[in-house]
Amino acid sequence: MSDSQVSGAQGPDTFQVAGKTYQSRLLIGTGKYRDFDETRAAIEMSGAEIVTVAIRRTNIGQNAGEPNLLDFISPDQYTILPNTAGCYTAADAVRTCKLARELLDGHDLVKLEVLGDQKTLYPQMRETLIAAEQLVADGFKVMVYTNDDPIAAKTLEDMGCVAVMPLGSLIGSGLGILNPHNIRIIIEEANVPIIVDAGVGTASDAALAMELGCEGVLMNSAIAHAGQPVLMASAMKKAIEAGREAFLAGRMPRKAYASASSPLDGVSKV
Amino acid sequence: MQLQVNGDTLVFDGETIADLLTRLEISGRRLAVEVNGDIVPKGEHGTSRLHDGDTIEIVHAIGGG
Repeated sequence: MSDSQVSGAQGPDTFQVAGKTYQSRLLIGTGKYRDFDETRAAIEMSGAEIVTVAIRRTNIGQNAGEPNLLDFISPDQYTILPNTAGCYTAADAVRTCKLARELLDGHDLVKLEVLGDQKTLYPQMRETLIAAEQLVADGFKVMVYTNDDPIAAKTLEDMGCVAVMPLGSLIGSGLGILNPHNIRIIIEEANVPIIVDAGVGTASDAALAMELGCEGVLMNSAIAHAGQPVLMASAMKKAIEAGREAFLAGRMPRKAYASASSPLDGVSKV
Repeated sequence: MQLQVNGDTLVFDGETIADLLTRLEISGRRLAVEVNGDIVPKGEHGTSRLHDGDTIEIVHAIGGG
């Protein structure tokens, strides 16, 4: 194989979700930034094309003139991915998705997350499955946050979700990819994009996720809560690209003992 | 009439959802409106009449992960 045939490094290495092609495999959230200017700067630096938002009550009677996130992150420029964060029941999550669709003029790509409790923000799988079924039936394109259980991931795919997004570790924990073996099994069995969502703490975590063969990584806190968010956005962009290329290149086998890189013959001796 | 808007009581003398959004100074923004649990599409804000006792939820997009 010549160098020009190496896929990914030279040609466009894109991925698709819900029929749309993306160049960037980094998906990022818009929460926890200092202000909208920082949010926008970090997103621009990251190269992300899919950007998550939350749906919340509009302040009434106060701050009527306050800026709107979508004035900074234009739906014309980015694929806006509304989430159901804060929902603990299928009914609440379905309602939130319907509000988001109305808000975004019929845009039907959503991030479904139904949470179990506030301490862990772990996915509540029973409610997640109920919500996924209802949303798919209602025509939504569902990217679903799930635990790292390969059977749950496969079930969600079979139900018609357009992407399955297992956690690396707890939302906002920054603990990295705690069960890479499960993530790898999920990827091997999948026919839809697998995107690690939650848990990334720093660039090496993102690279590891991509080296496992994920189609992408979704993160928020790792960038927003970094000492310098815009610089970390740059680091994450590179980590995602490096991890992807390493996956495509195929890592060398692990060995228990040394294997010399320099020729053993011809060593000069006195 | 008296309405419940995002959990607060509001005395309102207009007629439609569009009137309410104008009164709240949020007209023209990217919003979704629910009246008594049902979404009212943007195209109907100008004609959809509100009634005494209605519960209204108005939402928008904010930062989130």
